[in-house]
Amino acid sequence: MVAITDDLPLAPRRFSLGSAIRRNPTIAIGAVLLIVLIAIAVVGPYFVGNPLKIAPVNRLRPPSERWWFGTDQFGRDVFARTIYGSRVSLIVGLSVAAISSALGLILGLACGYFRRLDGFVMRIMDGVMAIPSILLAIALITLTRPGLGIVIVAIVIPEVPRVVRVVRAIVLSIRSQPYIESAIAGGTRNAKLLLRHVLPNTLAPLIVQSTYVCASAMLIEAGLSFLGAGVPPEIPSWGNIIAQGRTFFQIAPWTILIPGAFLATTVLAVNLLGDGLRDRLDPRLARRL
Amino acid sequence: MTAYIARRVFAVLPVMAVVALFVFFLLRFAPGDPAAIIAGDDATSETIAAVRAKLGLDRPVVEQFLLWVWGLLHGDLGESVFSNLPVTRLIAQRLEPTAALTLATLFVSVAMAVPIGVLAAWKARKLVDRLVMGFAVLGFAVPAFVLAYVLIYFFAMQWQLLPVQGYQPIAGGLWPFAQSLILPSMALGITYMALIARVTRASMLEVLQQDYIRTANAKGLATDRVLLLHALKNASVPIVTVIGIGIALLISGVVITETVFNIPGLGRLTVDAVLKRDYPIVQGLILVFAAAKVFLNLLIDISYAFLDPRIRY
Repeated sequence: MVAITDDLPLAPRRFSLGSAIRRNPTIAIGAVLLIVLIAIAVVGPYFVGNPLKIAPVNRLRPPSERWWFGTDQFGRDVFARTIYGSRVSLIVGLSVAAISSALGLILGLACGYFRRLDGFVMRIMDGVMAIPSILLAIALITLTRPGLGIVIVAIVIPEVPRVVRVVRAIVLSIRSQPYIESAIAGGTRNAKLLLRHVLPNTLAPLIVQSTYVCASAMLIEAGLSFLGAGVPPEIPSWGNIIAQGRTFFQIAPWTILIPGAFLATTVLAVNLLGDGLRDRLDPRLARRL
Repeated sequence: MTAYIARRVFAVLPVMAVVALFVFFLLRFAPGDPAAIIAGDDATSETIAAVRAKLGLDRPVVEQFLLWVWGLLHGDLGESVFSNLPVTRLIAQRLEPTAALTLATLFVSVAMAVPIGVLAAWKARKLVDRLVMGFAVLGFAVPAFVLAYVLIYFFAMQWQLLPVQGYQPIAGGLWPFAQSLILPSMALGITYMALIARVTRASMLEVLQQDYIRTANAKGLATDRVLLLHALKNASVPIVTVIGIGIALLISGVVITETVFNIPGLGRLTVDAVLKRDYPIVQGLILVFAAAKVFLNLLIDISYAFLDPRIRY
């Protein structure tokens, strides 16, 4: 028999930021970018000028020391507008991700576990998924008064089925596992079984999926606002700034390219975080992509 | 094979039925008074009543539904609230540019993304691979309309190689037609290409580890034959799946791309209808777009049967 020496790392290793970053560079890059953007969205508006102030004298000024991102056709400061716009994008992205994940988790657990519900709910999900998401949102917005809340609802509806499918697939694969069968045989109640044995297995893929929902929601919101079917035009969201810059794009390309770059960077940050988390939390999926 | 195809065709029916039910009940269960919203803020109560009658909202729901389904089965999508023109005619007039743009983007994206993905898998972890993966990550982050303006800025404004905006019908000559589609299809196709390239690479990487690939290489087969005949064919099912999934991206993107490039297609029709709140047109367009998506996915499903003879479900 070999004596067990005490040089085995029995004590939990101290968390080291350096090695965590080296192991997961995409999570680190995505998280840092996202934290910077959230900080800009939270405190930025207190430091910039009024994004709504119209000054016709200063219209269509190119980026300079006075107007970092130039001005638009009403002489409004594009820098101030872009900073305010980050709030709209992040609010929409985060709330759509949270609401869709919650609804998708409940429906997915129910469908995967209660087989009689499954056929009915999944047919509805298939139908909703057949409608291109931006059109579904447009249809809802045509019928209501514009506002941030309705935009969020209009994006949640097409995103929910995507979450449901992920959760349902995991529940289906788990419920045939021996430990679930033995829990059923042992007389565990449905509620406890779902919460204690099934739910924890769905969390990692759910977190990964919710980052993709967040990125997709920010893109759809910008697209809707760009088309004039999103948040009301007086709110400076990135989509609205870009839409209002369209007529003067050839003279003042900065009104479109700068908020566009902010939007792309934000989506990139969320996607990097999602890719990194997927590789870390869900190796099976990571190998497929 | 016939049984498989028949089952796939019948599976389309419930999906389209749910889409139809969804757009029908969206109008009926929308919060507030949709008739008042469609009529506009300064509408008189007579105008609102007229819009309500026009949409059939003044009749019992069951009667509305049966009339609507009856019309649908006869290819009648109703009439525009404002111009009183039949929705089917409005859609038919705008079909060509959208079909041209979507199909051109579909073919060009697949033709470019699959070879890129194969190349990345073959040169895995080399510079080419890293460039392709970088492109794929960026492709998911840059929105179509932002890329569209970047492309216009360089190709049309700085270098003046291509037209800024507009659409030339195919009847007016092939070259002007193609020229007007280059920038729009690049903008529309980027996310789609990124998706296909990424999945092609992953699927090829998995196949390239198989024993039969080592055998093919060992017996001295040329690299291109190994890659294309042995590997790509066996890697094709996930690639074809993602080509099908991505069609949704194209259909969503076409609405925005047409707006940027002023292309008078279904996307412009959608946006004009939304701004005027002409719900019958929006409803008809959703049905048409969903049907197009479901039909293209059906073709993909059927192609599985040819790509992998084992697939029978």
